[in-house]
Amino acid sequence: MERTISLERLVDGVLTELEKRIAAAASPGGDEAGGMPLAPVDLFGPAASRVPDPKWEEGVNELIAATPARIGVWRAGTRPLTREMLKFRCDHAAAVDSIYGQVSPAILEQYGLFTVETRYENTENYLKRPDMGRIVTDEGVEKIRSACRMNAQVQIVVSDGLSASAVDANLRDVYPALLDSLKAYGLSAGTPFFVRGGRVAVMDHIGDILQPEVFVLLIGERPGLVSSKSMSAYMCYRPRKGTVESDRTVISNIHQGGTPPLEAGAHIGTVVKKMLEQRTSGVNLDL
Amino acid sequence: MKLTTALLGKTFQFKSLKEVMAKANEEKSGDQLAGIAAEDAKERMAAKLVLADLKLADIRDNPLLPPETDEVSRVIEETVNEKIYGEIRRWTVAELREYLLQQTTGNDEICRISRGLTSEMVAAVAKLMSNLDLVQAASKMEVTSHCNITIGQRGVLAGRAQPNHPTDSIQGMKASLFEALSYGIGDAVLGINPVIDSAESVKQLLNATKEVMDQWRIPTQNCVLAHIKTQMKAIRQGAPADMVFQSLAGTADGNKGFGIDIALLDEADELIRREGTGTGPNLWYFETGQGSELSAEAHHGIDQVTLESRCYGLARKYKPFIVNTVVGFIGPEYLYDSKQVIRAGLEDHFMGKLQQLPMGVDVCYTNHMKADQNDMDNLAVLLAAAGVNYIIGVPMADDCMLNYQSTSYHDIATLRETMRLRPAPDFERWLEEMGIMANGRLTPAAGDPTLFM
Repeated sequence: MERTISLERLVDGVLTELEKRIAAAASPGGDEAGGMPLAPVDLFGPAASRVPDPKWEEGVNELIAATPARIGVWRAGTRPLTREMLKFRCDHAAAVDSIYGQVSPAILEQYGLFTVETRYENTENYLKRPDMGRIVTDEGVEKIRSACRMNAQVQIVVSDGLSASAVDANLRDVYPALLDSLKAYGLSAGTPFFVRGGRVAVMDHIGDILQPEVFVLLIGERPGLVSSKSMSAYMCYRPRKGTVESDRTVISNIHQGGTPPLEAGAHIGTVVKKMLEQRTSGVNLDL
Repeated sequence: MKLTTALLGKTFQFKSLKEVMAKANEEKSGDQLAGIAAEDAKERMAAKLVLADLKLADIRDNPLLPPETDEVSRVIEETVNEKIYGEIRRWTVAELREYLLQQTTGNDEICRISRGLTSEMVAAVAKLMSNLDLVQAASKMEVTSHCNITIGQRGVLAGRAQPNHPTDSIQGMKASLFEALSYGIGDAVLGINPVIDSAESVKQLLNATKEVMDQWRIPTQNCVLAHIKTQMKAIRQGAPADMVFQSLAGTADGNKGFGIDIALLDEADELIRREGTGTGPNLWYFETGQGSELSAEAHHGIDQVTLESRCYGLARKYKPFIVNTVVGFIGPEYLYDSKQVIRAGLEDHFMGKLQQLPMGVDVCYTNHMKADQNDMDNLAVLLAAAGVNYIIGVPMADDCMLNYQSTSYHDIATLRETMRLRPAPDFERWLEEMGIMANGRLTPAAGDPTLFM
């Protein structure tokens, strides 16, 4: 019963926060108090018909509204119109930059996350050798041993993965919501940190070192053209070397426009609680 | 079998045919990840030199994966015509390359010797060929196929309409499909990758595409690219499928990773012949791609070009209507950059054609690969020159469901105009009736998706 009350409070909290943000987003001045400028209005605006003389005028808009695909775009000869072509290239540019970008040091500092690296060495090698992104360097292992609490109930780790901008864009929402949620369930989190150049299975190596009950890895996803800032939360009960992929539970597509980051944070807490109750994760977890 | 060579003052000694085959490959990140690639450029050349002098019989007599333990190897072995093989078994791989490139060697000659080749021999010769060799040899081969219409004729470039939608919305799928048709795309297949792999979802998408085909009398074929078991279930429940689809791997273990084996493919083959809506005789759609065996840890130390060729050896058994390699989908750990993707696209197209497959290519890349749309333009032109049967049409090349970039409706229309290629003849006649195309060019009405509302 107590838990139910806490949950309701949590949901209320999330809703209040959401309302605040929606109100802030609606005001032209933006959320100045937080020092966070609002994203500028998309240069290209919403998709609109470029077909000059369609057989059915309203029909084009109806079709465009039915899909996020780039249709009703028209042509110059057989080639795309300049603006449509440049829009596509802009989206690709954002995706590429998110892979080669770095997570902002300010955000790591804000949440007291120290940094360790995997054996990835550089982005090129990271892309070619996923195996190296699954192992923390010796130096990093030492750092983890000296800084972190062993046998935590919930170990939270953040990693850039394939999109640094996913961390920049979503961590400020996901992370506090996750901590609130854990608190509401009466669960305790270990010492959090950041892994540069991490792959999902890096949690197995860290799991061996710190022996936590449940592991939560917040990691940048492979960027798409729709969003280059999408984050995934990979969760696993007692991840260790040899853990198979089907033992992991994932909440993916976390970004504004996908799974809302605040809701995701709260939802991760609920999943973690179930993992602890059922002592399992992945395909065996009853959600 | 001689596995030694001297090059630039150094002697190179290879341990096995498997090692020579791997090290003779052009540089691929997937072979490096597997730990089987050449150490440096010189070792790569040494392997190519050794391979050039090997006899076709050496390759057949030293199986990389014995037929006794792998059913894909068994299929490849069983299709060899012994008489034709007997005529060419003493050829070196170098001689095979030169035979393919001779001016006196045309489509009929290649078609004949192809029946004496194994997939490993085909892979071996590809390793000795330059990109332009691969284009020229492939351009000699005409492989036509017929489901509801014929594609693959010389001078024809068909397109798959790929109107995917992130939630399988029928309206959303149709919106992209109407756009495709208005650009003259869809003669290879109206083919949808579903998000939800359920019989119900497959049935709805097959019904919806079939309705569009019936309403506008479109001469083409439909397909939904779910797992084969899901499609079989949908077909048994009465869904109208002209073809069945499946992804293939080049080893039995790799196929196990896809949840299939030959018994299951045979069962599906029988089903589509009995309960499918397509005319035939070609009723299959296969997709492949270098690296899938390694990613499933089912590569047995064999390089990704050879494994890809073995996929084609398996595909051949089912006389498919269309086959395409999804060349750049798998990611940079297998094909790192545009150079590797372009090379793989040309290799795959050539190796498939040499095994008499109606080859298309999904000219594509993901965002973590060092490639962009200009590279896809390049590869598409090279493949059009090589006589590729079809490529993929996605709205503005951006697949909003699979999150990767391929080629666009505009691209196919452009390749047709610049390379003097046409849609499949039956489809072109229909485009003319619809007022979308005239004299092989798009009309002013083309590009308006509301033509189909």
